[in-house]
Amino acid sequence: MIETVLQVAAFLGLSPLLLGIINRVKAIAAGRRGPSLFQPYFDLRKLAAKELVLSEVTSWIFVAAPVVAVVSTVLAGLMIPLGSFDSPVSFEGDFVVFAYLLALGRFFTAAAALDTGSPFEGMGAAREVGFAWLTEPALFFAFLVLSRLSGSLSFDQMLHATEDGAWAQRTAPLVLTAAGLFIVLLAECSRIPVDDPNTHLELTMIHEVMVLDHSGPLLGLIEYATALKLWVLAAMLLHVVAPTASVGGWIGFGLFLAGLVTVAVVIGVVESSMARLRLLHVPTLLIAAALSCGFAFLLLHR
Amino acid sequence: MVSLSPILLPLVMAVVVFFTPSKRWRPRLLAATAVAHFALTVALLSQPAGPVTSGWLRLDAPGRLLLGLVSLLFLCCAVYSVGYLRYRVERANRRFCACLLVALGTMSLVAYSQHFGLLWVSMEATTLATAPLIYFNRTPRSIEATWKYLMLSSVGLAMALFGSFFLGYAALLGGGEASLLFSDLLVGAEALSKPWLRAGFALLLVGYGTKLGLAPMHTWKPDAYGEAPGVVGAVLAGGLTSCAFLALARLTQVAGAAGEGDYANRLLVLIGIGSMGVAGALLLGQRDLKRMLAYSSVEQMGILALAAGLGAGAGFAAMLHMVNNALAKGALFLAVGNVHRAFGSKTIDTVRGALTRLPVSGTLFLLAFFAVTGSPPFGLFASELLILKEIFAGGRYVLGGFFLAFLFLAFAGMGSTTLTALQGRPPRSARDSNYRDRFATVAPPLLLLGIVLLFGLWLPDPIRALVSDAAAALEVGR
Amino acid sequence: MHSTLSSLVAILLLINLVALGSSRIGTVVRAVALQGVVLGALALAAHGELSYRVLALALGSAALKGWAIPVVLFRALRQVAIKREVEPSLGLLPSLLLGAAATVLAIVASSALPLAETELAPLLVPASFATVAAGFILLTTRRKAINQVLGFILLENGIFVFGLLLVEAMPFLVEAGVLLDLFVGIFVFSIIIHHINREFASLDTRRLSLLKE
Repeated sequence: MIETVLQVAAFLGLSPLLLGIINRVKAIAAGRRGPSLFQPYFDLRKLAAKELVLSEVTSWIFVAAPVVAVVSTVLAGLMIPLGSFDSPVSFEGDFVVFAYLLALGRFFTAAAALDTGSPFEGMGAAREVGFAWLTEPALFFAFLVLSRLSGSLSFDQMLHATEDGAWAQRTAPLVLTAAGLFIVLLAECSRIPVDDPNTHLELTMIHEVMVLDHSGPLLGLIEYATALKLWVLAAMLLHVVAPTASVGGWIGFGLFLAGLVTVAVVIGVVESSMARLRLLHVPTLLIAAALSCGFAFLLLHR
Repeated sequence: MVSLSPILLPLVMAVVVFFTPSKRWRPRLLAATAVAHFALTVALLSQPAGPVTSGWLRLDAPGRLLLGLVSLLFLCCAVYSVGYLRYRVERANRRFCACLLVALGTMSLVAYSQHFGLLWVSMEATTLATAPLIYFNRTPRSIEATWKYLMLSSVGLAMALFGSFFLGYAALLGGGEASLLFSDLLVGAEALSKPWLRAGFALLLVGYGTKLGLAPMHTWKPDAYGEAPGVVGAVLAGGLTSCAFLALARLTQVAGAAGEGDYANRLLVLIGIGSMGVAGALLLGQRDLKRMLAYSSVEQMGILALAAGLGAGAGFAAMLHMVNNALAKGALFLAVGNVHRAFGSKTIDTVRGALTRLPVSGTLFLLAFFAVTGSPPFGLFASELLILKEIFAGGRYVLGGFFLAFLFLAFAGMGSTTLTALQGRPPRSARDSNYRDRFATVAPPLLLLGIVLLFGLWLPDPIRALVSDAAAALEVGR
Repeated sequence: MHSTLSSLVAILLLINLVALGSSRIGTVVRAVALQGVVLGALALAAHGELSYRVLALALGSAALKGWAIPVVLFRALRQVAIKREVEPSLGLLPSLLLGAAATVLAIVASSALPLAETELAPLLVPASFATVAAGFILLTTRRKAINQVLGFILLENGIFVFGLLLVEAMPFLVEAGVLLDLFVGIFVFSIIIHHINREFASLDTRRLSLLKE
């Protein structure tokens, strides 16, 4: 019981920290000192205290979207185990629900963007949905690989399957899957090279342009949802690349959290060493991710 | 060390020539090296072949034939270069002379190679050494030709390396030691893994076929031969192709010994007759003299591949044809090179009346044309007749019919172009150009043509022994 | 050992995808360079016990393909000062998909051929075929001369992978000769690229069409 509570607490409480780490790494790489690691928390508190401004033309969807985004991401996150513990929620076929929960959040965000009637936000929604459509094959191929490795349809076993010496046997598929999942992570969380979270030019934005009209607590919820999503996907990736079975229990849990920090650092390094891709070339990257996971599945079947 | 001197001498001299400051001395050093190389080769060949030892660097009977051929051809080309470069004083000749020598050294290395890996290394080295020769003129066209030559040959040769590795893997699966020595492969041929052998043969055929210029991998040839100076064309068409053909012959021997002779022969005959057909069609109405020579070379390579695919009986004919073709092509390229110099052009739009303008080179051109197209009494007539005899002896009348038809096509195509160039009145620009036939530019093609004529009339015993030893050593089942 | 080997092979395949899918020449050069280093590591991993020969081969090929050749290529890139975009004649995405299809075919083809009963062959043979195929795609679908050279290097890398299966069959000098030929070849290529750029004011090989029937 205490394990479950702690997992949920870490998930809900620590995920903004990852954003703080990424920003800090980027700042250091650029030769600056950068903001505090806890800046995302300060931002969230500031946004929560602000007044809510709603456009006259928007409907209930505009208000509901951020809430749905947070709730769906939290539900999805509950299916991912941390460390070697069991995941808080687990059932056969939960990975399909997981994918649809993420998609649900995205659907509402995109719908809210369309709700504003602004052409820029509509454009952003189109891009977001278009790219999401390309990341899903990669995600599902990765699920297939994991499912095949574990012989199970539940995340609980799928993500722990890599721990029983599977790496020694199946390195090539796992490396390919991990590469694909990393690209999915970057795309889903709107990181460079797919999207630039700090961009200020509407024409080049994807995710940010969708939420231009959100303000105050609603914007805070959206940012929180982004942080949660980053946590969820990073945890999934970490299970694939770094099996934690050998150190179970609380030490394993600690190591796992350290691993998440490492993933954040790697993302920061990638972001500081790359430029954003031209929008035209983003589909190429995403399809490459799908192909990579597809190869993995193929290699496994041989 | 003495026995390896035909490889080392040109390579060392290439370095010397490269660092020779005098522009006038470099061609002389080139010629001197060629003379020394020829003398060494003759000395080596006059000794009986040494005991057969295993090693990856050794001169066996086919290697002896190739070395002798290359050395003789190169001697003529080197002497010619002295005369040629006198007319090209405006161009730096440092790289030209050094690369020619490197080409000689690496071609000699091909003759010595007893290992598919080493063979590949030396073939690739010949390609790299000859590439700078093609853009001697530094015109956009010659650079384009060099690019195509280098790209296609390199990719083709990469396939050959892949194929060589396949052969090695076939040997590995055969349970034997994974060796790429010709002798080891022949000994263990029965056990070679057949799928890998077949795949390797196909890749090697594509690879060395690209070097030979067999259709459809011939596309670099007209460009490269067309834009290179005549003397480089002679080295490429006479020397490099013979090297590649020897590689192909050794490969065919391995395939035959492994019991895949039918498969190999079918492919060889198909690609051979195909090349002859393509070349024949493209020779008709060809207006560019050097491109014409290139297609003629494609045709001759087709004949060689075909002969290699006819089985044991045609071995002697194939080897003899290789020798004859190399010498005749050398003569032809050098003679056409002279015409090109005198007219400043190589298309028959400008080149008219070459016989009037250059009585000696023009006559040589005419005679070399007859020699290359296999007219009696030149050597190519004899070797083509032998090949034809073998075709009919195998009862393959349709193939024989196509063979004759394509030969005729080539004769007709080349004949009309050649005669147009030779007859008529030379244009004013050609009459005023500064080129005159001199000893150094006329004697080499004359010598080569004389030898081809001699081989057609009477094959001296030492030469006959050399050719038949080579053919016997390459025979399947040895 | 096996897991190192197979992760190296997976990285090799990923680099193929990067080379086929990236739009900047510099990225492709870096990818090919990285592949060279991976090849060196693969040579070490493929041979259980370390001999001087294997070590020299691995270090030699890593130094050549990971350092010397990229230096030559970057120098050529700087000299000709061309636009850094790849400009494929077949789009990046189709060539990527083609590469993927070729990889699948490579895996199928290698399972159709008889392989030795070792751990190495089932990994290296498909990787080799796939890399050769990727090289061919790069070679045939890119317009700029330098990209074609990169395709050629990829092709050679694929062949090198296959060569790892039979290190015993190749005398060391021959192996060194293969590497030397490759380097000299790339060097000559880079010189000619320079000349092409000067004479044609472009590296677009479609301009190389003066010579035809």
